[in-house]
Amino acid sequence: MAPSDRARAAIVADDVAATYGRRLIWRGASFTIEPGEFIVVLGPNGSGKSTLFRLLLGLIPPAAGTLAVLGQRPRRGNAQVGYVPQRRELDRDTPVRGRDFVHLGFDGHRWGFELPGVARAAHRQVDEAIEAVNAEPYADRSIGRLSGGEQQRLLLAQALVGNPRLLLLDEPLASLDLRNQVGISELVASLARTLQLTVLLIAHDINPLLPVVDRVLYVAHGGVAIGKPVDVITGPTLSRLYGSPIEVLHDSHGHMFVVGLEAESGHHEAEPAR
Amino acid sequence: MTGLLLIMPYFGWDLVRDVQELFRYPFMQHAFEAGTIVALTAGVIGYFVVVRGLSFAAHALSHIGFAGGTGAVLLGLPLIGGLLVFTIAAGAVMGALGQRLRGRDVTIGIVMAWSLGLGVLFLALFNGAASTAVSILFGTILGIATRDVVLTAIAGAITLVALAAMYRPLLFASLDDEVAQAKGVPVQALSIAFMVILAIAVSEAVQVVGVLLIFALIVTPAAIAERFTIRPSRGLLLSATLAVLFTWAGLTIAYYLPYPVSFFITTIAFWSYLLARLVSSLRLRVATGFPRPWREEQFRHSP
Repeated sequence: MAPSDRARAAIVADDVAATYGRRLIWRGASFTIEPGEFIVVLGPNGSGKSTLFRLLLGLIPPAAGTLAVLGQRPRRGNAQVGYVPQRRELDRDTPVRGRDFVHLGFDGHRWGFELPGVARAAHRQVDEAIEAVNAEPYADRSIGRLSGGEQQRLLLAQALVGNPRLLLLDEPLASLDLRNQVGISELVASLARTLQLTVLLIAHDINPLLPVVDRVLYVAHGGVAIGKPVDVITGPTLSRLYGSPIEVLHDSHGHMFVVGLEAESGHHEAEPAR
Repeated sequence: MTGLLLIMPYFGWDLVRDVQELFRYPFMQHAFEAGTIVALTAGVIGYFVVVRGLSFAAHALSHIGFAGGTGAVLLGLPLIGGLLVFTIAAGAVMGALGQRLRGRDVTIGIVMAWSLGLGVLFLALFNGAASTAVSILFGTILGIATRDVVLTAIAGAITLVALAAMYRPLLFASLDDEVAQAKGVPVQALSIAFMVILAIAVSEAVQVVGVLLIFALIVTPAAIAERFTIRPSRGLLLSATLAVLFTWAGLTIAYYLPYPVSFFITTIAFWSYLLARLVSSLRLRVATGFPRPWREEQFRHSP
């Protein structure tokens, strides 16, 4: 690949290895992600998916190899990277308005408190982000009291408020019902199109994401690989990836459906990165 | 009759005269000055204590301060010095644990019990134990000297300035430490800094309400504020205002009645909290309709 292409790419990994403490999680990861791609990250629990995000966020350094995010070395506090971590639902008693929570994505990292002169520009950006995720009806309610899907939209708005170019979403569909899973998937995909975002989204269940995914990055068995859904999302590949039997069904309209992954996602063990 | 009125504190409908009466003695002036500063600080930091889920840690800090206070008295050093050394050391350790501090109640409780035991030993070694113990445990606001007021003002100013400087990143880290960290907020350093500031605030507040009653000024106002606003800036202001009002009301009543100030402050805080719970649950019922289970059912079945 020509050097100019590498500088343009959203993410370039070159023989990267990741460790958790002293334990090797995966190594030999080489891949390039183009701007505007929608990447779904798959892999069994504990394979190091969240660790990959921590590397991209600059929270931990690679144990080997080189990694470039938007043409730079990963660093904490990069405003061009929006991040929604994996989580359980927020504490019910969190006494904070959804809008204020989103606002922290704009200036939460700055010292002191908000000066009145700056406030107007900030409020406009926050309004836009809330509008972008269609969260206006409940943005002024206490975030702890909202449903999982509503919270997820506000978390997404918080990640969007700084106008990032890359979005890292760690299991945003976990613990949502099917309707919300599809809703959030479509929302992320349409945001990615209109705002020209590169998206990496960790998921256990690929089904709601099949209509929107460009490529699949899979993390398993101590390695990382990337491929087109048609190549990766086949019974044998997925079965090898997860180490348990998985079938891919095709209907008469050319739609795919993956069977067997739900059982895998059923037992949520702690990922080593957490 | 007139002679009696001159001796007894006067209270009537003439507010100007009441205020003049209240500030007639220097000890009351000092109590109001120190009390206001302490309450303001406690109310502001209390908001973060509640948001960060650290009310037990705040409680424990004050008890650890008891060992420091009694130790200082034993060595003939200023009480506040001993309080500060012990609470800051304990606070820094708790802060270094960071988010892992949540759910460490057992560990904190064990350390707290041991330091109370140490305090008892220090008291036993010191003659005149009873009055010292009572003043550390329940506060000595009516015995505050001018020098103490100045010290309290300095400590209060440091606390408030530090909190103002870290307001946004502290709130961010308190609500969502993972995203805050990714955004470049020094989450660990903030956690330590916050606990050290809390230690200073707790040491100050001990003078007013004592180590046993610290909850009344640090946690209760913030817990009430949390019920009435979900906007952090307003919550902070409401919490600070309530803490100051509780202290003023407690001092005023205690001036006219022969019972301890701490009793009145904690009692006002307690009943205010009960009232707040009642009012906020009524508001919730009115807002969501009555009775609630029926409404939830409606939502669930709506297409």
